[in-house]
Amino acid sequence: MRKIFERIIETILTMSGAVTTIVILLIVIFLFKEGFGLFRSSDIEKGYSLCIHADNSAERLTPEQIKQIFDYEVENWEVLGGSDEEIVPFRFDEIFSRYSDEELGEDYEFMPDKLGEVIRETPGIIAFIPTQYLPANRMGVNVLPETTITPADFFGGKEWIPTATPAHQFGVLPLIMGTLWVSLFAILIALPLGLGVAVYLSELAGEKMRNLLKPAIELLAGIPSVVYGFFGLVVLVPLIQKGMNLPVGETGFAGSLVLAIMALPTIITVAEDAMQNTPRAMREASLALGANQWQTIYRVIIPYAASGISAAVVLGIGRAVGETMAVLMVTGNAAVIPHTLFEPVRTIPATIAAELGEAPAGGTHYQALFLLGCILFIITLIINISAEMISSKKQTV
Amino acid sequence: MIEAKDINFYYGDFHALKNISMKMDKHTVTAFIGPSGCGKSTFLRLFNRMNDLIDDTRLEGQCLIDGQNIYDKSVDVSALRKRVGMVFQKPNPFPQSIFENVAYGLRVDGVRDKQLIRNKVEESLQAAALWEEVKDKLKKSAFELSGGQQQRLCIARALAISPDIILMDEPASALDPISTSKIEDLIYNLKKDYTIVIVTHNMQQAARVSDKTGFFMLGNLVEYNDTKKIFLSPEMEETQNYITGRFG
Repeated sequence: MRKIFERIIETILTMSGAVTTIVILLIVIFLFKEGFGLFRSSDIEKGYSLCIHADNSAERLTPEQIKQIFDYEVENWEVLGGSDEEIVPFRFDEIFSRYSDEELGEDYEFMPDKLGEVIRETPGIIAFIPTQYLPANRMGVNVLPETTITPADFFGGKEWIPTATPAHQFGVLPLIMGTLWVSLFAILIALPLGLGVAVYLSELAGEKMRNLLKPAIELLAGIPSVVYGFFGLVVLVPLIQKGMNLPVGETGFAGSLVLAIMALPTIITVAEDAMQNTPRAMREASLALGANQWQTIYRVIIPYAASGISAAVVLGIGRAVGETMAVLMVTGNAAVIPHTLFEPVRTIPATIAAELGEAPAGGTHYQALFLLGCILFIITLIINISAEMISSKKQTV
Repeated sequence: MIEAKDINFYYGDFHALKNISMKMDKHTVTAFIGPSGCGKSTFLRLFNRMNDLIDDTRLEGQCLIDGQNIYDKSVDVSALRKRVGMVFQKPNPFPQSIFENVAYGLRVDGVRDKQLIRNKVEESLQAAALWEEVKDKLKKSAFELSGGQQQRLCIARALAISPDIILMDEPASALDPISTSKIEDLIYNLKKDYTIVIVTHNMQQAARVSDKTGFFMLGNLVEYNDTKKIFLSPEMEETQNYITGRFG
């Protein structure tokens, strides 16, 4: 009887373990499947094609080049590897200013022919037209082959404009830079402060002070991030704007400050625990050799707690990199590569949170956001693995 | 010379040492014996003010070293601890190299002269009878040594700052018999240069290494006399009972 009971319990435990593992695995697989679908998606808007004059020898255009063309930033085919010919960008709606509704037909049945005419007439044209209206007569018309977004476009692109037409701009560089900048400076602020407080709490504070401060700091870790974001938006942002005399206060710096405040409790508690774990024998040995308290702290306690302190640092970074809400609220979210910290920046998590609601499920934008999720996942995975490695590292020399 | 005058010591409300007075001579080995919790370690730790680290303790009476009360306000505790070295019950080397462990006291004392440090490290390791075993691996972690070697390293570490007095708190209790006998030989050899006070659970050890022995019980110093006298013809009945193993 008892044996059967134990058997059942064992089975339940095994099952729940297996289910959890499988669920986590499936989530990761789903994330990557959706994300990497982006590289099979067309780099221009769905249902549209790009046509050029048949004499034009241009081949694949990157999304960035297409955008430059339609923004009139590039004006000659020579720049793009073609012949010396002025580029004439042609958006589909321009057809209506060239031809009357009668000429185009009641159901636009003459539309393909008229488009064909326009293309044949203009040697430097690049026309962005619905695929359903592609000219039936391909004489003199060169339809650019449908190309997909490449990893180079994604990881090397400098602009993130997911709704741009004709070509979506999924350049992830500004987002990665934004995330790294904000996190890096957050850590630069939080680290010295956090370690200082940890040393104070562990070594200098009296019993009463520690009993008061430790729970308070642990409480800080439990405050929802949106509250921090709100605080940052209401207090820090105006302060930065006035103090630094900036056009806007929503800057990477504001994000770093808020993140630093948020990472502090983690850094303090983990580092303090590590220092507290320094054996009493070590302190006594140091003091008995005539070292004073400071010498004991920096020659014995900090080296002894080094692995724990590094773990604190890495966990703090992990917190900063993955944090979404607070950063979304205070950084201004401009997806441009930041030159200074006093400009609006945009981080990966903030981008996902802000845009996923507007991205049609399964679409290119949606896939791009999932790929951002993959990048974030990989970054935090690396951070967590290194934290694991550091904190499990045996104390040698 | 060390002298304790009317020492009373309290952990909170607990009266741990009761009216203890005793004198220890230069270049002798004094052993404290007694059952667990009798206050012998507490008493030992008074002489380098290690008890200061424990909260809520109180001391009455005077501890004199060469005539000066070490609990005077004017006393620099770090300087005192450089004069009064200590070896603990469990070997407690720092997580550093063998060399750095021995050099630690010199470094915190502000010594920068590398040659001087090197010489002092070698000298101390030799005095602690460890030099031959570690001279080729000074850069290795101290944790690679055996327990007995670690304890001798801790002794070398204490010697490196040239103390006058060395306090040993059951230095061999965590060691095997061979390591123990090495430590005992070492104590015997160190006697000519240092004043040594040792706390031990092991009565044979006290009998082997010490010149004088103090027997503690329940916070009292029951008897303090020449080691031979204590072990052969103790004056007090409690001492007699303890050393013959009738209790404790």
